[in-house]
Amino acid sequence: MQKVFEKPQALSDTPFAYCPGCLHSVVHRMIAEVIDELGVLDRTIGICPVGCSVFMYEYMECDMIEAAHGRAPAVATGVKRMLPDSVVFTYQGDGDLASIGTAEIVHAAARGEKISVIFINNGTYGMTGGQMAPTTLIGQKSSTCPGGRDAAAAGYPIRVCEMLATLDGPSYITRVAPVDPVGLTKTKMAIKKAFRNQVDGKGFSLVEVLSNCPTQWKMTPVESLSWIDENVVPYFQPGVFADR
Amino acid sequence: MTTKKILMKGNEAVVRGAIAAGCRGFFGYPITPQNEVPEYMSVLMPQAGGVFLQAESEVAAINMVYGAASTGARVMTSSSSPGISLKQEGISYIAACELPAVIVNVQRGGPGLGNIAPGQADYFQAVKGGGHGDYKLLTLAPWSVSECFYLTALAFDLADRYRNPAMVLSDAIVGQMIEPVELPDKIEVNIPPKPWATTGRKGRGKNVINSLWISPDQMEEVNRRLQAKYTLAMEREVRYQELAVEDADLVLVAYGSVARICRTAVDLARSERLSVGLFRPIGLFPFPTLPIQWLAECGKRFLVVEMSHGQMVEDVRLAVNGRAEVIFYGRSGGVVPTPTEILDRIRKTYGRSAGVSHYRLNPGPEARR
Repeated sequence: MQKVFEKPQALSDTPFAYCPGCLHSVVHRMIAEVIDELGVLDRTIGICPVGCSVFMYEYMECDMIEAAHGRAPAVATGVKRMLPDSVVFTYQGDGDLASIGTAEIVHAAARGEKISVIFINNGTYGMTGGQMAPTTLIGQKSSTCPGGRDAAAAGYPIRVCEMLATLDGPSYITRVAPVDPVGLTKTKMAIKKAFRNQVDGKGFSLVEVLSNCPTQWKMTPVESLSWIDENVVPYFQPGVFADR
Repeated sequence: MTTKKILMKGNEAVVRGAIAAGCRGFFGYPITPQNEVPEYMSVLMPQAGGVFLQAESEVAAINMVYGAASTGARVMTSSSSPGISLKQEGISYIAACELPAVIVNVQRGGPGLGNIAPGQADYFQAVKGGGHGDYKLLTLAPWSVSECFYLTALAFDLADRYRNPAMVLSDAIVGQMIEPVELPDKIEVNIPPKPWATTGRKGRGKNVINSLWISPDQMEEVNRRLQAKYTLAMEREVRYQELAVEDADLVLVAYGSVARICRTAVDLARSERLSVGLFRPIGLFPFPTLPIQWLAECGKRFLVVEMSHGQMVEDVRLAVNGRAEVIFYGRSGGVVPTPTEILDRIRKTYGRSAGVSHYRLNPGPEARR
């Protein structure tokens, strides 16, 4: 019997505790595959956030550090500066990166910190019960804007990639939408490039993944992917915003 | 050992003590009156082969320390009162994850934005935990430029020994004053192995630095481990200095720059034949509880002097536990008590005790004014 498919080495045996249809587990697996493919498991240190992926240290087989909410880029900076030959990544949600942690992500990008940031944007605080996020779309309902996000009261969703692309520091900034096979392939390629940049000694790389939350969006997994395609993609356009 | 005496600021001595102790990572943010620390670090740390980084905020700086300490390196940050408040969340994480790191607080007048004059009102924050949860900082309080060097170096040893953050609690006087010092070129540095560090898992299983314990039983277990360390430190790490205490009937208790001022007040009081001594806690946590308790049992009274409205005095009262009188004198908001106003307070305590026979032999304090 020939083995044709197996779990990446960088992934532990702990079963994912994510909701059915959530893209967290898909992206975790992609990161693990990339770590395997680049052969960097023994020198990778991951920084996980506060949010649904707070338990990421359970799922990965590389060294992991659990950061305070929003501070993963600062923690990653501390690690990478002390261990320049390591491969350091952060994994952050939109509340973590685009709300409480805006200062840390902006300055890590401006410094061109040689880290890889995987940014999961699903427009909601999934773990705390579906409150409004900095990336919640205008009109989108949440538990703290039950009538839909009103720009007059809550302002506008933040386009992180476009904002960070105004800086000279970053090497690579891209947004991907893994809602179909093409999007999934592009997502994997983007993550791999973000990690390879570090191996090549390049600077700050960020991959924004347009993600879902079937539970808090109150949709089936399939509906949630269509919703991204129809509603999220028009506002958060996929593309490459910096590559140098 | 060098024998050359040089003039140096307390803040610079902190930097030199840290580098001598093997500190190889500094992450900080500008705030007065501690700016000499990052300024000297920006030059001396790269020369020592270490990392200097000016962070975007105190919050980022302490989280950089958290990440850098996770790699097992000796690392530190410094700030002053409002900036130390911003670091509290990160310090709580560092304590919970049992990471060694050093935090220097060059205290200033507060609360709020306060001012840049000296203060000691961050005592509670330094020795009672400061951030959320049950943890302690191993806290050392220098009173001289020389001690800024040695106590900062010691703070790194304590941090490693207990896998716990250590704080050097300085103030605007200690940090800014210039004194002649004789510093060694090298000090003995013994950094213990750190098999727990997240350096990449080569040759071992994965390491995780984490303070999330969803199960209350597991979280309580972490708390018990922390408390066991603090109990051990309370047995082993008590540091203090006594001056003219043996024959004293009134003992001044003060730390840091105020202890220096109190030393002058003791001299003034002694010149008036008042039997006054000075007890100076060098370590604030663990606090020298037993030595103070012993002095109380010997029948001595206490006058605690602080640049606050009474913080360390609570620990003195706990140590004394009703066995003796504990008087407090404090100035705050950046106001520094003078030796003569402390002397006045000393005289007043003797005035109140005028009923005791041997005091009557001396002219009363009011008469002397």
